[in-house]
Amino acid sequence: MTHKSLYIFLCSMVLLMSGCGKQRTAVTAAGSTAFQPFAESLAEKFMETHPEIAVTIQGGGSALGIQAALSGAAQIGMADIVDLPPEAKVLKSVVVARDGIAVVVNNANPVKDLTEAQIRDVFSGKIRNWKELGGVDHAITVVSREAGSGTRSSFEQLLKGFVLTKDAIIQDSNGTIRETVVMDQNSIGYLSHGLLNDKLKALTVNGVACTTEEVLAGRYTIVRPVYLFTKGDASPACQAFIDYVCSAEGQKMIHDSGLIPAK
Amino acid sequence: MQNLSNTSDQASHPANLSAGKRFTTWCSDHLARYVFLTVAFSATLSLLLIALFILKEGVPFIIKVGFKDFLLASEWSPMNGKFGIYPMIISSLWVTLGAMLIGAPLGVAGAIFLTQFVPRSVMRVIKPMIELLAGIPSVLYGFIGVMILAPFIRSHFGGPGLSLLAASIILGIMVLPTVISISIDTINAVPRSYLEGALALGATRWQSVHMVILKAAHSGIIASVILAMGRAVGETMAVIMVAGNSVKIPGSSLDSVRTLTANIALEMGYATGLHRQALFATGVVLFVVVMILNSLAMAAMKKKSRGAA
Repeated sequence: MTHKSLYIFLCSMVLLMSGCGKQRTAVTAAGSTAFQPFAESLAEKFMETHPEIAVTIQGGGSALGIQAALSGAAQIGMADIVDLPPEAKVLKSVVVARDGIAVVVNNANPVKDLTEAQIRDVFSGKIRNWKELGGVDHAITVVSREAGSGTRSSFEQLLKGFVLTKDAIIQDSNGTIRETVVMDQNSIGYLSHGLLNDKLKALTVNGVACTTEEVLAGRYTIVRPVYLFTKGDASPACQAFIDYVCSAEGQKMIHDSGLIPAK
Repeated sequence: MQNLSNTSDQASHPANLSAGKRFTTWCSDHLARYVFLTVAFSATLSLLLIALFILKEGVPFIIKVGFKDFLLASEWSPMNGKFGIYPMIISSLWVTLGAMLIGAPLGVAGAIFLTQFVPRSVMRVIKPMIELLAGIPSVLYGFIGVMILAPFIRSHFGGPGLSLLAASIILGIMVLPTVISISIDTINAVPRSYLEGALALGATRWQSVHMVILKAAHSGIIASVILAMGRAVGETMAVIMVAGNSVKIPGSSLDSVRTLTANIALEMGYATGLHRQALFATGVVLFVVVMILNSLAMAAMKKKSRGAA
């Protein structure tokens, strides 16, 4: 009896697995954790109209996205860094979105605007007190991401390169940066435009706010591209997904979820 | 193993069994033996494999970068090829020391109180409750640290709040169960006659506790503190959340620090190539430190059991 049921169980598992594998073409995209949630909702929508393709989205970071595309571990690599590493040159890339990096402070902070030079000085530790920026007389707590983060390297490159102060608090995700700035009145950090909320305040940079309109108009300058990579020509299934992301519908979804469309 | 075959012999008189049955019994005995042997060895084997893997990934890196430029340099900038972990070694030591300054006296005092100054029935209620502390996930400790302790330090003492002090306090509380329960066991192992003798000689309760009982139990208490140090050095999640993770040698207890464990966990997600190897090499350093602490604890324990015998 038990043998029989075990046998039936095994048979049905084998049938189930083969059933899953054959019908749908699998597409795997891996990389940028900042773009991951957006890619996931895009993939969901895409699969509604293309039931024959199964898209899996994985994180891992921009560097891993490029590595995965190179090694073939994922058909599509996702990366959102400004200066692509040399090994990425051999990949076919397409910019599918842009992401503004907002400089954020606590809601209680009276400072509203900084110039790029001031931001550079704050993050490199030359300006250490809010008083010098027209705020209260209190030390500035700089909050940054860990080495290797795509957001951090983009931020540093877009501000023409500075060496982060050693006093900076390091947090390992956009979310924890947001929480730290929400908790600490005297802190300053940066995060992806799509992740802003009303619990903290995005500063205007040179008088320009970090909004979709200003980025599209080219006035807000701390902006990084979001790339999708394929090694050589994409397979039809991959190409269908990339086309969907670039289509009017995909771009509208990107816009609605807080990122900035590519065009 | 001898016991195992004896019991089964008694249970099913082999003389009464057919040769086939006897063969089956013999087989299952030996099978059981090897199954348990394999299980026992798999624990050791996995430790060995972990050690080998970390060493294989980390040691070539240390050789390539150089012992001095890795262990004694204070610049950590993996994107620019600088891999100095000296500030993190110092920070790890400070955080551990801070945790011990808070956890060890509290823990030992708690153990003395629970064994000497409180009725047994009360201890039987309180001790399991303290041991429950050990079961609370470290994320929760970290969460409390971020939400309550760090803002408190920020508003009362200054600094960013996420600091060496916050990490030490949180870790000090986290190691309490380790210190208390091992200390209670060693204090309870001290023969009752020692205390009675001291009291009979006219010592007060407190005098007999700190002059006789603590003396007799000191190696076990030291072992409990060393084991707690191992826990504090290795703790990661809670420390990442409350320590602030700046890579620098702390100037005061209000400065933010990054420990060795935090360094690995923070940058693991993005690290590739040399950077990844550097994190494994950090793991090698951590592994060596924890090994040293554990061997010290074992040595202290051995001394204790010899003393008792």
